[in-house]
This record gives sequence, C-alpha cells and structure tokens, in this order.
Amino acid sequence: MNAMSLGPYAIFIVTSYMLVAAIVAMLIAWIAIDYRRQKRRLHELEAGGVQRRSGRSATELK
Amino acid sequence: MTLIDLANPTRFLSLASRALPWLAGATTILLAIGLYQSAMAPDDYQQGATVKIMFIHVPNAWLSMFVWGVMSVAALGTLVWRHPLADVASKAAAPIGAAFTFLALVTGSLWGRPMWGTYWEWDARLTSVLILFLMYLGLIALWRAVEDQSRAARAAAILTLVGAINLPIIKFSVDWWNTLHQPASVMRLGGPTLDRAFLIPLLVMAVAFSFLFVTLHLAAMRNEILRRRVRTLQMIQVAQSGRRSA
Repeated sequence: MNAMSLGPYAIFIVTSYMLVAAIVAMLIAWIAIDYRRQKRRLHELEAGGVQRRSGRSATELK
Repeated sequence: MTLIDLANPTRFLSLASRALPWLAGATTILLAIGLYQSAMAPDDYQQGATVKIMFIHVPNAWLSMFVWGVMSVAALGTLVWRHPLADVASKAAAPIGAAFTFLALVTGSLWGRPMWGTYWEWDARLTSVLILFLMYLGLIALWRAVEDQSRAARAAAILTLVGAINLPIIKFSVDWWNTLHQPASVMRLGGPTLDRAFLIPLLVMAVAFSFLFVTLHLAAMRNEILRRRVRTLQMIQVAQSGRRSA
C-alpha cells in the first residue's frame, strides 16, 4: 500500500491496518505459545509416570 | 466420519491436526488476495481513501456477531446435550470473538473521526456493539472465575444465550433508530448497494477473516482439550501421591 496515495487521512487508514495486523499476530502467538505450554506440561506429567485411565498418551493426536 | 465421531475429543484432535495446516494456508492466500484487492480498490467519491478501512472494519464487525452466534449454538450443546466439546468450543471462541469486536470498535472509531468528525457517538449501533464487547469480557471473566469447568460451562451457556438477544439489536439498530452509523449496504433485502469495485474486495476479506476465525478457533479448541487433559493428569497425580503417603 502506498501511503503517498492515501490522501489527508492516511494516518487513520495505516493505523487501522497496523492495529488489525498487531492484534491478529498477538492472537496467533498466544494460541501457538499456549499449545506448546500444554504439550510440555503433558509430556512432563507422562514422564513423571502419570497416565490417563485409558492408558493412551495424553499428547496423542492421531 | 459422522458428526458423532467428531464429538469425540480424540477424534477431534486428530481432525484438527490434519485440517489446521490447510486452513492456515487457505487463510494466508485469501488474506493476501484480499489485501491486494483492498490496496488496489479505487477511492470513494465521497470518502476518498478512507473507504479502505471498510475492508477490515466490516469483516471484523460481521465476525464479532458470527462468533457470538457460534457460541450460542455451542451453548445449546452444553445445556441440551451436556457435551464437553460444546463447552470447549464456547470457551475457545470467546477471546477470539472479543478480539474481533475490539477491532470492529477501534477501526470504526478510526473511520468515524475523518468521516463523522468524532471518534465516538453514543448511537444505537456503536453502543450495542460496545455492549457485545463487554459481554465477551464478562464471559471470559466467568470462565476464569469458576473453578468447576462444568458449572462454569452451564453459567456461560446461559449468559451466552441471554446475550444473543443483542445480535438482532445490533443488526437492526440502524433501521430501528436514527443513528450516525450508515444502514446496511451488503446484507439487505434488495441486494447490496455497494459498487463491485468495493464489494468484491470486501467479500474476499470477509471470507479470509472467516477462515482466520475457523483456523484460530480449531487451534484454540485443541489447546483447551489439552489443558483439560493436563488438569485430569494433575488430579490423578495428586490421588496417586495421596495413596502412596497413606
């Protein structure tokens, strides 16, 4: 996007797009970090000998 | 694979893991096309280049209501069928819906300042969307405040269904009251009033943001299922250590 062609209100347009990009990036990062955290906790618990009643791995995704 | 199979959390995890890379890829491609078309769209004869804010404001505004609709269906799943995956779907959707609603409010405000001369006006559309945002925050707080997840799910489901009353109020607020916000120009009887030069980028961005929501929602649901497994294993660990010490 060429800011030069956005006219006198370019700051409002650019701020809007930057804000959406920032919030979407934060959502993606939050979900990705949370996924790694939960997987790590499950691995730690299973490594400590704790098992589900079914006997299957808690991190099993297939 | 039937719908009943998908209701099994392990099957759901398997499906989500296979679907997420494809959904993320489709979202990226659609967003790239939508952003390109938005950048190339002509200026509006009245609004000038500020019309470009519409391409991100409107999809976020639609999704703010759509996500609450998804949560309302999940709430029925919780209250009628008492299905834990419905609780998971509702809990995972709330922060994403809150983010879309926040973006709809802020981008609308940034669009309103140059066009209306003000960032905010207490008119029916803006106020009802602000109430929707506050309800999202209330739901997130409720999930965090109640320790017992099944009790939290039932309370959240009731709040979600009560809050769904706000959806038609938001949609029709511009028709029922005299508002600063413009009336519907896409989803209306008689068809869209937008020119194709604006309508096509807007629809592409709306589809792109919908794919973004589905991708984020599936990933957040997967996290929530894993979080519940962590909690279950921690309880088993506590019970095992209790038996050993006894």
